[in-house]
Amino acid sequence: MSLNVFLQHCLTGISLGGAYALIAIGYTMVYGILRLINFAHGEIFMIAGYFMIFATANFGWAVGIPVTLIATVVLGVVVERLAYKPLREAPRMSIMISAIGVSYLLQNLTTYLFTALPKPYPEIPILKQIYNIGGLSASLVTFITPILTIILVFILVYIINHTKIGMAMRAVSKDFETSRLMGIKINKVISTTFVIGSALAAVGSILYFTDRMSVTPFSGTLPGLKCFVAAVIGGIGSVPGAVVGGFIIGICETMMIALGYSTFSDAFTFVLLIIMLLFRPTGIFGEKTIDKV
Amino acid sequence: MKKRILALGVSAVLAVSMLAGCGGSGGSGSSAVAGGSSAAAGGSDVIKVGVFEPQTGENGGGGLQEVDGIRYANKQKSTVKIGDKEYKIELVEVDNKSDKTEAVTAAQKLVSEKVIGVIGSYGSGVSIAAGEYFKDAKIPAIGCSCTNPQVTEGNDYYFRVCFLDPFQGTVMANYAKKVGCTKAAVLTQKGDDYSVGLGTFFKNAFKNFGEIVADEQFETGAQDFKAVLTNIKSKNPDVIFAPSSIATAPLIIKQARELGITAKIMAGDTWENGEIIKNAGEHAEGICLSTFFDEDGVDEAGKAFITGFKAYLKENGKDEVIPAVSALGYDAYNTLIAAIEKAGSTDPSKVQEALKGVSVKGVTGDISFDDNGDAKKDMAFIKTVENGKFKFLETQKVQ
Repeated sequence: MSLNVFLQHCLTGISLGGAYALIAIGYTMVYGILRLINFAHGEIFMIAGYFMIFATANFGWAVGIPVTLIATVVLGVVVERLAYKPLREAPRMSIMISAIGVSYLLQNLTTYLFTALPKPYPEIPILKQIYNIGGLSASLVTFITPILTIILVFILVYIINHTKIGMAMRAVSKDFETSRLMGIKINKVISTTFVIGSALAAVGSILYFTDRMSVTPFSGTLPGLKCFVAAVIGGIGSVPGAVVGGFIIGICETMMIALGYSTFSDAFTFVLLIIMLLFRPTGIFGEKTIDKV
Repeated sequence: MKKRILALGVSAVLAVSMLAGCGGSGGSGSSAVAGGSSAAAGGSDVIKVGVFEPQTGENGGGGLQEVDGIRYANKQKSTVKIGDKEYKIELVEVDNKSDKTEAVTAAQKLVSEKVIGVIGSYGSGVSIAAGEYFKDAKIPAIGCSCTNPQVTEGNDYYFRVCFLDPFQGTVMANYAKKVGCTKAAVLTQKGDDYSVGLGTFFKNAFKNFGEIVADEQFETGAQDFKAVLTNIKSKNPDVIFAPSSIATAPLIIKQARELGITAKIMAGDTWENGEIIKNAGEHAEGICLSTFFDEDGVDEAGKAFITGFKAYLKENGKDEVIPAVSALGYDAYNTLIAAIEKAGSTDPSKVQEALKGVSVKGVTGDISFDDNGDAKKDMAFIKTVENGKFKFLETQKVQ
């Protein structure tokens, strides 16, 4: 493998990892607060793609991006209100099954509304400009994705550690019941979590699809699954963990293909998950939980 | 109490969306209901024809186009005369969801509906999976665009109206040679009978006069091809042969061009679909593919089909470009009806007997079957994309 090819692979891997990281944060935050694996997150990511298509067709991309962000956030919060909130007191298993239900509902609803034929994703001219550096060739979005991911994560970590709502979120994730007794408005905290998660999914969606250019109702399934793995590997519940996990999955996947094992690239991702669960179930950044008797 | 009302509301919304889903998946839903009631009243005046197609899943788009052709054919010819009795033909549509497991369930549903024959499916994998069930139930099935040899091999009840992958693979390899390619890369979808099969036949044919420099695979549902394509680029091939689904094709094309790959990109029949041009935009220029049908290469009856079907597409709010798979669906339906007429019976096994000797003038060429149940077709249409449209290049024959 020549240096050029190697660098091209690195670039691809890091860029893919960045998009994965943004989605993985959504999984990890919801899990941290609600102890719920939000299986519908991949579908929200996919629908954000459709929002962008229609928003751009109507208003152009400059207005389309904020419209997409807002619409995705609304969708995320609505899903939470309709499918998860009524089950707040129910066993954790019920709410997880509800999440799986929502995932299939969204997938089939989009198939019904937009058919399973791929829809072209709008081109954002600035992001699509192709740059050649040495022998590397990639569009701007490939370079921007990891940088934007890191910036957003710093903002998010700041919110969690230094604001009032962030403090509330940390409290809720430590102890749901006690924080409620302390006067924290649980529903507001949960809604905020979904707002942040969905907004990041929308940003991830714009970056991911701008690079890949077409959306189908099944576009969210595989990325969703992989980002869930990323969140687990990083230590589910931890934001920096999800980011590191996202980059690990993205880079590993690309490198497997680069080495000529394209057949096994996905298998490798899931083998990585199994190994992680066997030897360090809490993930890289996960905290050891001590059961109180 | 409040919670209960909310739950009721949610379930009402779900119920409505489910109903809506049913209405969408079966454009002929209303006609099926009408058929059902007349069957109850008139006894055996209705015969059922199964439509075994993916309407959702990764091949849902292409499957639906095939269904369009079948629905249109049914609209044109909705009755069949057996003896002196006029029978109404009712389509029973099932969705195999592009999934081999779902395909079996869908096939069993058709068997239990007691259909006289089955049309479909788009996608070879699902057809192979369901073949055994049709054979056991002694129901003849006619594949429209499933090109893998295994569909009809060893199955007397599976027929098909299109050419096969060994033929198609050879045609594309010959064409690649003709335009001066000596180094080829092959990119196929792991676990997909169509993609892997066609890729293998291309490789076998191309090896005779050229070199296969890369052979890569990708996962179903994959969206990121940059890594595989970077590998391919480093091998510097003249042509990339990448048979794949409509959903995957634009991703491969765009990402290849973005990486600065200038090699020709070729594929099989699935790529003849306007959605690919729409999705890949200018990058689609110059891709080559083989297909079953060309609008300019038809006779009088074919022209009537083209005008009629275009009007039908317009009525249903779709693009007025005729996909080859719709034409094949149309032909498969008419072949089945011809066989039913010839058999003069509503017994599926008699229809299977009749299919062996049937000869029909279809819009995709004359259709008669060989011992395997494959249509005797020896011509493929090579097309390319020019100025955002498919352009017919030449026909290819292989002995």
